[in-house]
Amino acid sequence: MALRTEQPGLLTTVQDQGRIGYYNVGIPQGGAMDQESAQTANKLVGNTAAEAVLECTYMGPAFTVDAPTTIAVAGAQVPVLVNGQEQPPWTRLELAEGDAVTFGVLRGGARFYLAVRGGVDVPEVLGSRSTYAIGRLGGMGGRKLEAGDVVPVGCPTGELPAVTELPESLRPALGGAQELRIVWGLYDHLLTEEGRRRLVEEEWRLTPVADRMGLRYEGPGVEWIQREQPFGAGSDPSNIVDAGYAVGSIQVPGGTQPIVLHRDAVSGGGYAMVGTVISADMDLLARATPGTVTRFRAVPMEEALRARRERAARLQEIWAL
Amino acid sequence: MTEQSTEILYLPNARYTWGGDEFLFVEFDEAMNLTANYLATTVAHGLEQLDLPGVVDVCPANASLLVRFDPDVLGGEELRRRVQELEAQARTATQHTVETRIVEVPVWYQDPYTAEVVQRFREGYHQDPSGTDLDYAAKVNGLEDAAEFIRRHHESPWLVSMVGFVAGLPFMYQLVPRARQLEVPKYLSPRTDTPPLTVGHGGCFACIYSVRGAGGYQMFGVAAAPIYDPGQELPDFEDFLILFRPGDIVKFRPVDEAEYRAVQEQVEAGTWRYKQAPVTFDVEAALADPATYNRTLLEALDGAEN
Repeated sequence: MALRTEQPGLLTTVQDQGRIGYYNVGIPQGGAMDQESAQTANKLVGNTAAEAVLECTYMGPAFTVDAPTTIAVAGAQVPVLVNGQEQPPWTRLELAEGDAVTFGVLRGGARFYLAVRGGVDVPEVLGSRSTYAIGRLGGMGGRKLEAGDVVPVGCPTGELPAVTELPESLRPALGGAQELRIVWGLYDHLLTEEGRRRLVEEEWRLTPVADRMGLRYEGPGVEWIQREQPFGAGSDPSNIVDAGYAVGSIQVPGGTQPIVLHRDAVSGGGYAMVGTVISADMDLLARATPGTVTRFRAVPMEEALRARRERAARLQEIWAL
Repeated sequence: MTEQSTEILYLPNARYTWGGDEFLFVEFDEAMNLTANYLATTVAHGLEQLDLPGVVDVCPANASLLVRFDPDVLGGEELRRRVQELEAQARTATQHTVETRIVEVPVWYQDPYTAEVVQRFREGYHQDPSGTDLDYAAKVNGLEDAAEFIRRHHESPWLVSMVGFVAGLPFMYQLVPRARQLEVPKYLSPRTDTPPLTVGHGGCFACIYSVRGAGGYQMFGVAAAPIYDPGQELPDFEDFLILFRPGDIVKFRPVDEAEYRAVQEQVEAGTWRYKQAPVTFDVEAALADPATYNRTLLEALDGAEN
């Protein structure tokens, strides 16, 4: 069983929960950027949370199926069309052999997830099916989907759930301004008081430079403390001796545009990180579109951990449906 | 004449901080130096040995350590306590040694592949658009010409002080006193293209770009054989798709075009193997008398079977 790709979409990749444990050699965790939506799609087709899905960015693919197939689409608001007929979102869809699936224009959000019953069955590489494009690893030959690709589908392992549609109350709000909670730390002491104030009190706007590696914002900029740079760090006050990068951490090269690192970010480098988006808000980041007005709100660690528990409870609620 | 170093082994107090709810970050020193790197490598190794449930990734860097953990399994404060214990052990050790290996890396300096990319990224990218990266590197280090820079680049061994950025990219720190470190600024604006296996340099660090892609380091040449082999086709990659580990020691060996092509043929045939030898790296000895110590390292490599 397989999906035959007629059009690949803008950036469609195979993703799962990520490749954990190889960050120490520069291989990023990868995986679906909006884990909650990816897991919801898997839930609706009776997969486990770990099955691989297609992550579709802005413009979806067009494909046909070569056998009866069960799919679900979750995440960004996008019209799903089967043989040209629009289908309800966040809902399990039954396809017959030869059915053609296409997607309309996005109305909100940035990425949607297509789960297929049985999961996308590309080989696991280092414990994951996620695509790591720069390293030519995982997914469909280590790259994004191309026209003509035949995406293999695995055998179903679980029962189909009773629920066929995600209740409205569990669907994320898309569009509008965002608040991203951050924990200060790493190298925030290299910012001036005013620099720290601007980061968490001023408004920032997402630029079009936003992908799986990181999201770049524009705004009032920050201020660095002027000091004699340590040996090996480089001359700009935003430079440090190259260090490991926390996923979700914020760097501000030159002090102008903050970049929040996401799941395919490089694993280290020479720019100071001044805080980190909490793990519970990383899915939210994945839903931001260019122009999104954003506030970074500093929270204590206890709140980050509480938000983490709340997110886990929400996922549990989805899996219990 | 033996060159005495002004540096000594010292054990600074580390700075502990958090990267959100999943990362512990330990900075052993703000500045780059062998002691901080030794501590990062040693504490990382100790933490791996502990095999604590909830530790997800242990990433030693040049002068710091990043640990990813799952706070649902292992509390951050508990992890910090364990890392602090390891740090204390490293600080009170009487011997500061790392069991590692020295690897010879053939490099074609001033090759046409990097030269072409150097020419493509001048105006708006480079501090001195009129010359090459090597000319510039020689000038800012007060050296006579590119040839002298190249000689200085390969005559002393380098320590792999960090692996990362992209898959398997080694950052390397030359085993010479600080006054003799080769230092070069990064490009004014990063390039969108770098040939695979480019030997680059930024700040005091050398690197080998493991894959094609963006880059900001000055480009000096190209390594002849892969350091990242996702298909694991070459014997050196049988166990893992990445060649380098933090703590490895690298000796660059200049090769000409003919030898570069010969290495490429062996890579194509699947027979290429890196020349390497096991060594015990002694930080105190390396700092006390770098010139003599480097000779011992190179003797170990000379004795290796190719």
